[in-house]
Amino acid sequence: MKFYFFHLMPYQDIDPNFLAHNKSSWINLPNKYYDPVKGAKLYHRYLDELELADTLGFDGVCVNEHHQTAYGMMPAPNVLAGALSRRLKNASIGVIGRALPIVANPLTIAEEFAMIDNLMEGRFIAGFVRGIGCEYHASMTNPGFSHERFREAHDLIVRAWAEPGPFEFYGKHYHFQYVNLWPRPYQSPRPPIWIPSQGSTETVEFAAHPDRKYTYIITFSPVASVRKNLKAYRDQCEVFGYDCPPDQLGWAMPAYVAETDEIARKEAGKHVESLFNKFIMSPAQYKLPPGYSSLGSYKAVMEGKYKVRENFLSCEALIENGMFLCGSATTVIEKLEEYQLEMGFGNIAPMLQFGTLPAELTEKNLRIFAEEVIPKVRHLGVSTKIAQPATAE
Amino acid sequence: MTGYTSERVIVSGCEIEILKAGVGPALLFLHGAGGAHNWTPYMDRLAEHYSVYVPSHPGWGRSDTPKWLDGMGDLAYFYLEFLKTLDKERVHLVGNSLGGWLALEIGVRSTEQIKTLTLVSAAGIHVEGVPKGDIFLWDEEERIYNTFFDKNLAEARLAHKPSQEDADIALKNHFSTAKMAWHPRFYNPELQKWLHRITVPTLIIWGDSDKVFPPAYGRAMQKLIPGSKLIMLSECGHLPHQEKLDEFIAGVTAHTMGAAS
Repeated sequence: MKFYFFHLMPYQDIDPNFLAHNKSSWINLPNKYYDPVKGAKLYHRYLDELELADTLGFDGVCVNEHHQTAYGMMPAPNVLAGALSRRLKNASIGVIGRALPIVANPLTIAEEFAMIDNLMEGRFIAGFVRGIGCEYHASMTNPGFSHERFREAHDLIVRAWAEPGPFEFYGKHYHFQYVNLWPRPYQSPRPPIWIPSQGSTETVEFAAHPDRKYTYIITFSPVASVRKNLKAYRDQCEVFGYDCPPDQLGWAMPAYVAETDEIARKEAGKHVESLFNKFIMSPAQYKLPPGYSSLGSYKAVMEGKYKVRENFLSCEALIENGMFLCGSATTVIEKLEEYQLEMGFGNIAPMLQFGTLPAELTEKNLRIFAEEVIPKVRHLGVSTKIAQPATAE
Repeated sequence: MTGYTSERVIVSGCEIEILKAGVGPALLFLHGAGGAHNWTPYMDRLAEHYSVYVPSHPGWGRSDTPKWLDGMGDLAYFYLEFLKTLDKERVHLVGNSLGGWLALEIGVRSTEQIKTLTLVSAAGIHVEGVPKGDIFLWDEEERIYNTFFDKNLAEARLAHKPSQEDADIALKNHFSTAKMAWHPRFYNPELQKWLHRITVPTLIIWGDSDKVFPPAYGRAMQKLIPGSKLIMLSECGHLPHQEKLDEFIAGVTAHTMGAAS
């Protein structure tokens, strides 16, 4: 199993009562709440944490993209990947991911990713997403074209990496007389691609296709849906006629490890609650603009997921439903062993900083996770077999 | 209530539903974002004076959603084809909100089949420094309160529980509205360069308390369309044909009859 420390970089110094006067942490939360002096310190602190993960032996570190929000300070994650590229000695960088449909020129993403791949001499993972609904309000990209633009931008980027240029590309949304990427990516024909998802059928079919075999990462989901979605992906691989190897599956979740279960809950509780009840907060119409998903799934999601999200999510409830991996090293190891055996993933991307979790607890969490958890579960997920004990290397 | 009929016709490979009633000169009503698949009082009142056609646009109501529907230009060309199928020489064209924008898109392409134009709180242009309402960021309650001047009308609307079909159609209409109007938001930057091509008699009706497209939009539109007249209704929100029905009917009839004489 491989381990990637996934940072969301929340603007955690925000006035804790900001939701008393605003209904969303996204899109139109006034930027007067952002203090650049505090923000600058947070950027450096968070980059230090990512660099620490490298020295602690994580296989990689991950950043992602969100716009106009206190939830994450990374509208341009490639800037941070650039900052990290000269500092990381062994770890890879995953930008998981860039929201392809919301840019006017997807070749800029192809170029920047190729640059990072060169700087990292191949220790780079490219993540592609459609971007959550809020990004469509922030960027004014028409959500009704989200799927089309994602597929077309994806095709353009992958071809730009793999095919000799110049060539022409004329799609419905993007039109280029000369596609001719300088620099070409360091990895040939291209960097590995991860598809973070919350489990749409279209995404599963797309990522599992034999021409792609992209690593499918389930994010922010109760363990029951992680189980269901990873199974759907494995089943789809079977439909395509191959066994899904563990390195094609992953799970990203907030995680906290401490000396005992009690200490872990006590230290992490209010911070994980701030993530799920404050930083992530926005009304349904912010998250789900019309056309972002099909009419059918829109109705299903509005009635299912967002009804649940209206309630306060306590630390206990989050641990209970498996959205938050929390406890002593023994507890976390047991859960990972159980889940890995059952679901067959070969990558995990724990968010070891979340919400208002302060620097000292983040560092403690990183150290315990690296020193006590990783060595005990690293051997898992190297076999292609599911639901059988994996053999140690 | 006047007897009305519902018909389905196929134009450019797309089947749409049209509600029809009344006798007299032909009047084609182009609905706004919310659609018009149910017969409502303003249609009744128009049918007292006109042979009224209320189609649901491709993508709205019980009409098909064709694969080719990518933007307002597609709807404009669709209706130019549709107008050819009407067994009428020319029509009085009335458009509300998104339907008003559609009427403008049709008009700049051709007014050959249009006798008069009435724009009711029409989208389609941008007025610098006058923010529009954001129907996509408002929740349902905000959307309804911001649509009417009269809070009682909003409350009555909110108290009404829609049928499952109406709820499904409302969602479908909202999706199609986004596809047409998300970006640029409810306007076409090219349009205002060419609005002078609309030379048929044009009446613009607006509510002085419109929170979706504030009154400045009505005044700006009046300046862009040569010879057009503006009626600004007091204590009226975004739907004058619902909130100020008498004034709406009086305005439309005076406008079309004046043009006929």
